Amino acid sequence: MNALLHGRLTGLLALGAVIAVLPAFLPNNFYLDIAILAGFNAVVCVGLNLLIGYAGQISLGHAGFFGIGAYASGVLVGTYGWPPVLALLAGAVFVGLLAFLVAKPILRLKGHYLAMATLGIGIIVSIVLRTESGLTGGPDGMMVEPFRIFGFELYGEKVWYWVVGVLLVGVVWLSLNLIDSPMGRALRAVHGSEVAAEVVGVDTARFKVMVFVLSAVFASVAGSLFAHYAGLITPAKADFFKSIELVTMVVFGGMASTFGAVVGAVVLTLLPQALTVFQDYQQIVLGGILMATMVFMPKGLLPTLAALIPARRRA
Amino acid sequence: MNMLATTDLSPDMTTQARRIGPPILQVEHLSREFGGVLAVGDLSFTIAAGDIHSIIGPNGAGKTTLFNLVTGVYKPSGGRVLFDGADVSGMAPYRLAARGMSRTFQNLQIFFNMTALENVMVGRHLHLNTRLLPALFRFPSLVRKDREAKDRAAQLMTDVGLEKYIDADAASMPYGALKRLEIARALASEPKLLLLDEPAAGLNATESREIDEVIKTVAGSGVTIVLVEHDMKMVMGISHRITALNQGRMLAEGTPQEVAANPDVIAAYLGAAP
Amino acid sequence: MFAELLQYMLSGLTIGAIYALAGLGFSIIYNASHVINFAQGEFIMVGGMASATLTASGVPLPLAILIGCGGAMLVGVLVAKFAVERARNASTVTLIIITIGASIFLRGVAELIWGKDFKRLDAFSGETPIQILGASMQPQSLWVVGTAGVLIVAIGLFFNKTLTGKAILATSHNRLAAQLVGIDVKRVVLASFALSAALGAIGGAVVAPITFSYTEMGIMLGLKGFTAAVLGGLGHGPGAVAGGLIVGVAEALGAGYISSAYKDAVAFVIILAVLLFMPNGLFGKRGTERV
Repeated sequence: MNALLHGRLTGLLALGAVIAVLPAFLPNNFYLDIAILAGFNAVVCVGLNLLIGYAGQISLGHAGFFGIGAYASGVLVGTYGWPPVLALLAGAVFVGLLAFLVAKPILRLKGHYLAMATLGIGIIVSIVLRTESGLTGGPDGMMVEPFRIFGFELYGEKVWYWVVGVLLVGVVWLSLNLIDSPMGRALRAVHGSEVAAEVVGVDTARFKVMVFVLSAVFASVAGSLFAHYAGLITPAKADFFKSIELVTMVVFGGMASTFGAVVGAVVLTLLPQALTVFQDYQQIVLGGILMATMVFMPKGLLPTLAALIPARRRA
Repeated sequence: MNMLATTDLSPDMTTQARRIGPPILQVEHLSREFGGVLAVGDLSFTIAAGDIHSIIGPNGAGKTTLFNLVTGVYKPSGGRVLFDGADVSGMAPYRLAARGMSRTFQNLQIFFNMTALENVMVGRHLHLNTRLLPALFRFPSLVRKDREAKDRAAQLMTDVGLEKYIDADAASMPYGALKRLEIARALASEPKLLLLDEPAAGLNATESREIDEVIKTVAGSGVTIVLVEHDMKMVMGISHRITALNQGRMLAEGTPQEVAANPDVIAAYLGAAP
Repeated sequence: MFAELLQYMLSGLTIGAIYALAGLGFSIIYNASHVINFAQGEFIMVGGMASATLTASGVPLPLAILIGCGGAMLVGVLVAKFAVERARNASTVTLIIITIGASIFLRGVAELIWGKDFKRLDAFSGETPIQILGASMQPQSLWVVGTAGVLIVAIGLFFNKTLTGKAILATSHNRLAAQLVGIDVKRVVLASFALSAALGAIGGAVVAPITFSYTEMGIMLGLKGFTAAVLGGLGHGPGAVAGGLIVGVAEALGAGYISSAYKDAVAFVIILAVLLFMPNGLFGKRGTERV
């Protein structure tokens, strides 16, 4: 993992290069769309990875935060005429507050209790979004206006590809900075041994809450932008299945690996596309991947691959 | 039996400089029970600043429970703990750390998901900038302080004799080295009071001697040390004062000679390996 | 007024009985292996789907249920053997994700075999409602509650009177000690999965006439079963049963008196409340970590 950390700048440059060059290889807008979706998922996963991989917590309800961000933008812009940037910020702030309120009590829980609590929250959010049809348009969702800023309207796959690309690189940069900082080490310490972290002065409760809120805000921002891009938002984007998909991406790509989270998001967004011919097998493959990864490569794809490279750092 | 032999006492002890002043740690009528079992009962004693104070007793005497009570891992069922004159009973461990208390663990609590150096750097936590925004945006001041922390951590590792592990992953280090790593980590916060829970457990004679040296060096720099140990030779040779526990209660207290000569202590230890 | 209350209570108890069986299944598995089996709901689904499909092709009902039960037990053992036992020493998060993966996988396979439609299973003894004090009750509800009751008593006897049952209990209290007295703990884990699967499958078969059978029926039933188990105190069998009934009735009352749209949310609000305010449930024990 240290090899990854020290390859930080190289990693960022590589990511940037891939993003810059990719459109040349994509024949048409359909593929750009997939890349954009993968990008949005990756943004959420980078944040989720901070929570699951680094801080060692779990959230089975993160799609809820994505959904709230999306609907905040949809409702505030569409129904109340707010400027999209303001709506995005409002969504992020609301999600941040909500995450803060729920994080404090539930992060005291451990293991399956924490998992179930986050699951419960995610499901309640998704039920509310589905039921309050007056506000949200109900199970069929609602249309969302395009993203307007300084008089420019962001429209079309070509434009949104660069928006998401820049967002992803930015979010990865933030995440790498965080991990390599005292706060990042404190998070990893909490994962390594909560009692030892406490004893050296880490207020473990505060740190767990902070990373939970941060990851929720990442999801909300991604959700808001996604809503504008897609032009339509449905409650399905906030449900239990989506939450599990996100966790699968993080877990498969690599726990405690920012680039792993990106890889996981990309692979698992591409997979259903590759399997459209075998649509019926989608669940089987997803479930199979989850089980196989956890049984055979519990650290995830990237860290497992990295461990195979002859280590320079051994006692 | 070994523990009565006065030749085991280190000649250094009588000449060691000791700070005289108010007690750094006071335990008053401290007790803790677990579902009806009294692990620690009505314990009262004082630890003088600058001392090396050992806690001894057979297994199950309540030594680790006492440590956990003092360091905030457990809340007392009764009584109180005073650190530097202030009542800190039941205070969370991270707050105690901020007040200058530090400890190691009987069952190693190493961060195996990090490198050895990072383990020690976490110990510097209280001296570093741990706010979110500077971390996210990599403020230069934060980067500079982090580099200093890294150098300091490397220095601490060298001080405890772990230079060759500076670039190692914690998960690849041998047991004896990990015990010393925990001490380095505990020292990184620059504590006033250091509690060591069986630092020599599981170590061979050479490694025990090394730990012995480390403890003496640390004490020499003015840190008060509270030690739980079974290794009587080390305890007798290094301590200024000893508190002996048995079944959660105080058995005896005093200088090593006094405690070694105490008939109750001898009786409690009869049959136990030295 | 009273009739309305009674109506809600009866339908609540009916579905609560299924939550009770699911919760009991969770507890049995948790006791034997400290694993939360997110695939519990899928056992229910297999029972329901198998029974519905088999009876539709002419198999007599009791045989269909038996086959469904057997199928679910086989599935349970496979999940235990290939997913859970392999990751024996993994972290809690890893184990949770494995069983979630198993549940998704099973749903996928079920969809492949049975498709996505809702399958009908005829009520066991007709559909003439029974009138009780102004409320009307489907005879199938009696089947549900009755079957659940019989199963729960049978499980109780099994754990207290049979050697295998006692072996499972011993393993749940202390795995190492159980191994030392010669109990094959791997077999115990397999047995616990098989047992929970059987409970779930029979429950699924018996509730199918009321709820219809469909491949996604297991999700909510499973999650609410988990709520029941946590409410009762994770690992406490009778507690899970009580929890299931409480959740079922609370759901029905909530849907009837407050809002039927938020019916599903009731169980999750309950579980959040339990986790935040009394994580050990109604009957659970506290544990401490040795440092």
